Amino acid sequence: MSDADRSVEIEVLRYRPEQEDAPVWQRYTVPYSDDLSVLQALQHVKDELDGTLSFRWSCRMAICGSCGMMVNGKPALSCQTFVRDLLPGPVRIEALAHFPIERDLVVNVEGFVRKLESIKPYLIPKHPRTLAQGEYRQTPEQLEQFEQFSSCINCMLCYAACPQFGLDPEFTGPGVLALLHRYNADSRDGGRAQRMEVLNAEEGVWSCTAVGYCSEVCPKHVDPANAVNQNKVNSAKDYFLRFLSPKGAT
Amino acid sequence: MNRKAAVSKAYVRPMHGWWRRDPFFVRYMAREATALAVLAYAIVLTVGVVRLAQGEAAWNGWLQALRSPWSLLLHAVLLVAMVVHAKSWFEIMPKTMPMIVIGGRRVGAATITRSGWAATVVASIALLTIAWWLRR
Repeated sequence: MSDADRSVEIEVLRYRPEQEDAPVWQRYTVPYSDDLSVLQALQHVKDELDGTLSFRWSCRMAICGSCGMMVNGKPALSCQTFVRDLLPGPVRIEALAHFPIERDLVVNVEGFVRKLESIKPYLIPKHPRTLAQGEYRQTPEQLEQFEQFSSCINCMLCYAACPQFGLDPEFTGPGVLALLHRYNADSRDGGRAQRMEVLNAEEGVWSCTAVGYCSEVCPKHVDPANAVNQNKVNSAKDYFLRFLSPKGAT
Repeated sequence: MNRKAAVSKAYVRPMHGWWRRDPFFVRYMAREATALAVLAYAIVLTVGVVRLAQGEAAWNGWLQALRSPWSLLLHAVLLVAMVVHAKSWFEIMPKTMPMIVIGGRRVGAATITRSGWAATVVASIALLTIAWWLRR
């Protein structure tokens, strides 16, 4: 049988707040091809079968971080997840776990954005610097300290993989804490003291119980579990060393 | 619990039974459960210290209890749980450590895990050697 004759069953968890109180599964049949991504399957549904289906997407190349969803129960970017790897189907697609569902596969990201803003995710210079002073210089070793953590695309798959975030939505969570570490670990940055408050809080690193699934599902190999857990040591040092130094361990 | 935000009517999915949803979570819960084996063994040893303080008869009674079939079975189970505990924690250990750079190269996760096992083997051999030496 050629690809043109084949089809695959897709099940999508629908939630239309004006229509139903709780989400319901809906099944679609989509033409199969060897290079069909889960995102393309959803686009086929929206374009050809049911225009009411809602989902987010943008770049189709795993860099915008918009199309994260649960595919067969695992957090994944739907653009880089291929139906051929999920045969014979049906492929079950659900909104990212642990986030409130606004509609169908669209989740509420307000909490995530609020947390992201709270860690000041930008370089805070140690001293004011003029253009005339030229560029900052870093050694390869200094770059390596933060480079992997700067690969985060804010796709929130790690949040969908984190049961502690599911149980307590106030937990700052793996992605934002990894970005916090990305700036704290940067030799050009002087904003560490301002970020320690978020890190030290109960909703900061201490809500993590080292499940480690966040690092497994990260499409960019950021390893947020490493960023969070090594900062438990930094948080403990920050707590105890303040007894020795009036300014704290910064 | 299905909580709903008043304004957006967003649907919050329940977390009930979350740890059964993914094999990864089941393994995580197994790892956490092995901590109970560590606690159980700590209690066995603490009882031994208390019995030692109570005199020779009490101490010998504790030693006798340790030789019972139920005690041997318990210790076999605890040993397996402790090995699982060590294995799972050595696997997660690289995630808990800052970047280690030796000779200009970053030490890999597998090396850190193997170092944990190496330390365990050395400590176990040292302990068994001391025990053997004391019993001579």
